[in-house]
Amino acid sequence: MSEKLVEVHGLKKYFPTKKGLLHAVDNIDFYINKGETLGLVGESGCGKSTTGRLLLRLIEPTGGEIKIEGQDVMKMGAKEMREFRKKIQIVFQDPYASLDSRFSVYESIEEPLRIHKVYNDPKEMEKRVFELMETVGLAPRVINSFPHELDGGRRQRVGIARALALNPELIVLDEPVSALDVSIQAQILNLLQNLQKQMGLTYLFISHNLSVVKHISDRVAVMYLGKIVEMAETEELFKNPLHPYTKALLSAVPTPRIDIDKQRIVLEGDVPSPIDPPARCRFYNRCYCRCEGCAEQDVQLVEVKPNHFVACMQAQE
Amino acid sequence: MDQNVILEVKNLSLNYVTDDGTVYAVNDLNFVLHKGSTLCLVGETGAGKTSTAKAIMGILPHPQSKILSGEVLLEGEDLLKASKKRMQSVRGSKISMIFQDPMTSLNPVMRVSDQVAEVLRLHKAKSRIEAAKMAKEVLLQVGIKEDRITEYPHQFSGGMRQRVGIAMALACSPEILIADEPTTALDVTIQAQVLELMKELKKQYEMAMIMITHDLGIVADVCDYVAVMYAGSIVEYGDRRHIFTNAKHPYTIGLFGCIPDLSIEQEELIPIKGMTPDPSKKPKGCAFAPRCAYATEQCFQETPGNYEIEPGHWVRCLQFRGEDTENV
Repeated sequence: MSEKLVEVHGLKKYFPTKKGLLHAVDNIDFYINKGETLGLVGESGCGKSTTGRLLLRLIEPTGGEIKIEGQDVMKMGAKEMREFRKKIQIVFQDPYASLDSRFSVYESIEEPLRIHKVYNDPKEMEKRVFELMETVGLAPRVINSFPHELDGGRRQRVGIARALALNPELIVLDEPVSALDVSIQAQILNLLQNLQKQMGLTYLFISHNLSVVKHISDRVAVMYLGKIVEMAETEELFKNPLHPYTKALLSAVPTPRIDIDKQRIVLEGDVPSPIDPPARCRFYNRCYCRCEGCAEQDVQLVEVKPNHFVACMQAQE
Repeated sequence: MDQNVILEVKNLSLNYVTDDGTVYAVNDLNFVLHKGSTLCLVGETGAGKTSTAKAIMGILPHPQSKILSGEVLLEGEDLLKASKKRMQSVRGSKISMIFQDPMTSLNPVMRVSDQVAEVLRLHKAKSRIEAAKMAKEVLLQVGIKEDRITEYPHQFSGGMRQRVGIAMALACSPEILIADEPTTALDVTIQAQVLELMKELKKQYEMAMIMITHDLGIVADVCDYVAVMYAGSIVEYGDRRHIFTNAKHPYTIGLFGCIPDLSIEQEELIPIKGMTPDPSKKPKGCAFAPRCAYATEQCFQETPGNYEIEPGHWVRCLQFRGEDTENV
């Protein structure tokens, strides 16, 4: 079996609010194998971005364990952590907001190299920056451009180059293509796939777009209201979804074809509030196959088939 | 004129004058909207979809924008020449619009029931009480229950806000509904709810609809006719069968190639190379030529005409010159 790069157990993040504790991420378990892409899908507010940030300890978890390469990230001190961050990088959704608007492309890509004091020789550093730009498909002529002078696709390429600068093992991609037009989106997706092949990178790909996630992921985890409700290999999940939420989600995606007639499951109502949720299946009040037992107790993520996990009592039976 | 046509846009060109230069947003645009049908305007950012809608509604920003030429004929009446007062009565009662972001299109300090009632009071000159009663009915129709209608937009979720937007647009039973990316800001399950609702209401109100979107999935779901826009022009126009089974323009084909599709297996996406052209420069020849795999030298020299390659299926590409039945 392949080696697990990331192992997460019982990860929690609660945010205190005036109305009570907001359960952004509530006791989730997952793993990512070395060299694979785990897609994390869900709708807004389900905790997928929070999960990504927790992995890098950009925010401190309320509880749980994160192991990367067998090392417990939670037990690391500040100094250790800084060293460790070289291995895990993140690319954000909106490259316009995540890049410093007063840094040129060169300065942006050079920054991580400078902070981690990778090169003593400025010539070598420059060489590395040009090399990174070539890797992500940026023309050398934009080196002195500022983010506002670039289009969305190029800006995202700068964000990716920055993330690659320190030769990371794992990159958290937080909605990296959501702000881009479809023709540019395809360019960036292909770039990410090629980089993974060349450098053996491991991705956590966070997105609300199921089509994109299906395209790029080896395995997919579906989140709903702070919980992972289903996790399986991509093909299995899309062919044979078990959780009612996954089924509804898949059926709701408009496909660009007119020759297939599909039954759409339209869910009623909105996602309920994540503040102090009742201890039962989170999907209970929107579920179209709920039964009495579902209201009474919480449901755990259980492996029902090899590598296919689901958190639904009906499906587990 | 065809009795079935409710709206016709003829030779519409408009630009924006900014400090950085003139932006040619829409170039010589033509289309017709049939009664009760749905036309989708599809394209990427900057294709001119929203500008077209705003021109029809007469809500282009003033004074930056300038309509250079063209006509927008609503049942034969040119809206571009209509007076301010006339346009005010057309908007909301004859043509309504739903916007992408319901939070910015609703008034944050007004109860939702009052916002819907306002439309009725303006256009139908209803009394306060009557308008309030009708507003309640319309809101119920879009799925907002009575106990929530006196709340403010910030108390609503995104999906519910968009429902309010739809209720406002439908309050006076318009003949044409323009929906500008109505579900782009919504989650997929909520998007499914709103699309179902819109389809149902469209049938019920017997409206014609112009749906603006960048999502070909939504197009497949709702459209009768499709106009694919690129750099301010319609590059391909046809009914849903033409576009989804027999797309001809290299840009349309490119669009289909670069979207990941849930229903099929794809190894690699085929992106369209390059990026959308700078709209402040009017290129010579075909606007898509620099990104087109089939471009010949002539494409950079000559502006393609609009060729009808089968009845009702128009393509703006030089490849098809000579194959058409009639050159327009």
